[in-house]
Amino acid sequence: MRMKLDPMTVYGFAFLVFLYAPVLLIPLFSFNDSTVATFPMKGFTLNGYRLMVNDASLMNALKNSLIVGIGVSVVSTAFGMLAAMGATRYALPGKGPVMGTIMLPLVVPSLIVSIALLVILRKVFDVPLTLWTVAAGHVLVCVPFSMLVLIARLEGFDKGLEEASNDLGESAWMTFWRVTFPIALPGIVASLLMCFTISFDEFVMAFFLSGTDQTLPVFLYSQLRFPNKLPPTLSLGSSILAASIVIVIVSEWLRRRGVQTSKPGAF
Amino acid sequence: MAVAEPGAVSGWTAVNGRWGTWLRRREWARGYLLMSPTLLVMVAMLIVPMIALVIMSFWTQTVLEIDRTFTLENYWHLIEPAGEGDEIPTWMGIPFPLKRAVYVVLLLKSILMSLSATVAVILLAYPMAYFLAFRVKRHKMIWLMAITLPFWTSYLLRVFSWKLMLGFGGVINSGLMKLGFIKEPLEFLLYNPTAVVITLAHSWVAFALLPIYVSLEKIDRSLLEAASDLGDRPWERFLRVTLPLSLPGLISSALLVFIPTVGDYVTPTLVGGPSGIMVGNAIQTLFYRVNNIPLGSALSLVMMLLVTLLVCLFLWAVGYRKMQQRAT
Repeated sequence: MRMKLDPMTVYGFAFLVFLYAPVLLIPLFSFNDSTVATFPMKGFTLNGYRLMVNDASLMNALKNSLIVGIGVSVVSTAFGMLAAMGATRYALPGKGPVMGTIMLPLVVPSLIVSIALLVILRKVFDVPLTLWTVAAGHVLVCVPFSMLVLIARLEGFDKGLEEASNDLGESAWMTFWRVTFPIALPGIVASLLMCFTISFDEFVMAFFLSGTDQTLPVFLYSQLRFPNKLPPTLSLGSSILAASIVIVIVSEWLRRRGVQTSKPGAF
Repeated sequence: MAVAEPGAVSGWTAVNGRWGTWLRRREWARGYLLMSPTLLVMVAMLIVPMIALVIMSFWTQTVLEIDRTFTLENYWHLIEPAGEGDEIPTWMGIPFPLKRAVYVVLLLKSILMSLSATVAVILLAYPMAYFLAFRVKRHKMIWLMAITLPFWTSYLLRVFSWKLMLGFGGVINSGLMKLGFIKEPLEFLLYNPTAVVITLAHSWVAFALLPIYVSLEKIDRSLLEAASDLGDRPWERFLRVTLPLSLPGLISSALLVFIPTVGDYVTPTLVGGPSGIMVGNAIQTLFYRVNNIPLGSALSLVMMLLVTLLVCLFLWAVGYRKMQQRAT
């Protein structure tokens, strides 16, 4: 990597430091042998991690988050796939407003969406707040992302392949599984992973729409208020960060790989 | 199309009768049929609650019940002028002669804080996007990934990390004390509007960088050469060619930050303290603690309308439509 050390390059690296330094404090202090996050640092310890693993309510929240995340990613990707297929292969009159409706959760503050949903669920339908309501809220947030990822994957998709499959006597359903699905697969996997991370990290919806069963971010938030709970909280935060980063890198790699080989013949 | 149609039709032979024939003839109907489950979910879970919010904002909350007669009382409640002998609150030296100035002040304050965060984000992101588009020749993907990666990690944790950073016993204070620059911790770092603006800017800068980067990357390099050949200095060339051509990206970035931050809840709650709360906190309080859903609905709607209005006004003022036409 040959780069001159001009002001721009210095700025580039300074920017990365600004971006990462605050976030990296969480893993840094998670190994610090102290109940407060201050300099100078004390010795190295894994005590926070030990407390974290032994915390039953934390593990329960983790389990809830995994269940919700997996369910949400599958359901959102299914909805995203349907919308992406409709949007990419048919000339639709009024496509703008329809796409706008699906993208709406990206611009409406999630606080307002979740409160509006909460009022409807509680006051109108009297639905108890459970992980189901959290998942419903998360699906709403994830579908636009899933659709965008899948549209990118399906754009430039050769319609002739599906037509050939139809001509050769496959039903529409089998054509989907044998032609469309394999071609869209990298996008589908990327969408699954992306929706999982969004759901796994989402706080506002989960905060307002959860009942007694908390998801991990809601649990984390409840712990942030207690200073003596700092070590396990930092360990939990570090673990969440590490998991998110791994998932994002894998999903991004899949997505880019998918885009580069988007010519269907290149498999 | 005529060639493609028979193939597409055979897939639909399973659908029989009139309905099937009707569908076969209309491409758009098949498209919408395919999209209908997604649309249905979005309408049921987003549009319906939003309409409910609008309807409820015209109701009123009595002590225990909700009065369902149509009234504009909630909206009036937000802007009712102060009566005789009421204390007139001021914000930043400006008097607000309203009975309950807190809502209007909070709305204005939230918009001002969001605007500050937006300006901060643009100032931070533009040079970085420029660096990526024009200076980074190799490993561009790695740079881009390194920048966007934090955006996909927990928002809650990124906000919390600023609490560690700015807190009374936080990293900056304890670090400066250790180095001997200060004796007492600086109390003004956390729990104020500035802390909220810094945190918001940090949370959104990675995301907002992308549209600027894309618009810079698209610029035809021969235009830059032409400007240089015709005698423009680098700085002039930037102001007369690069900056105008990247304005559409810059505007998208600004909107990308401004629209969602006005109604943010997590950041002001965690790092704002009493002085740094935003309108989202008031909305939450109205729905939860005060249990005045109609007034909360009205405030939410006013906030969203205000943001929409500002965005439209801004786009109109900068002539965004014309700019986009020129860019393509």
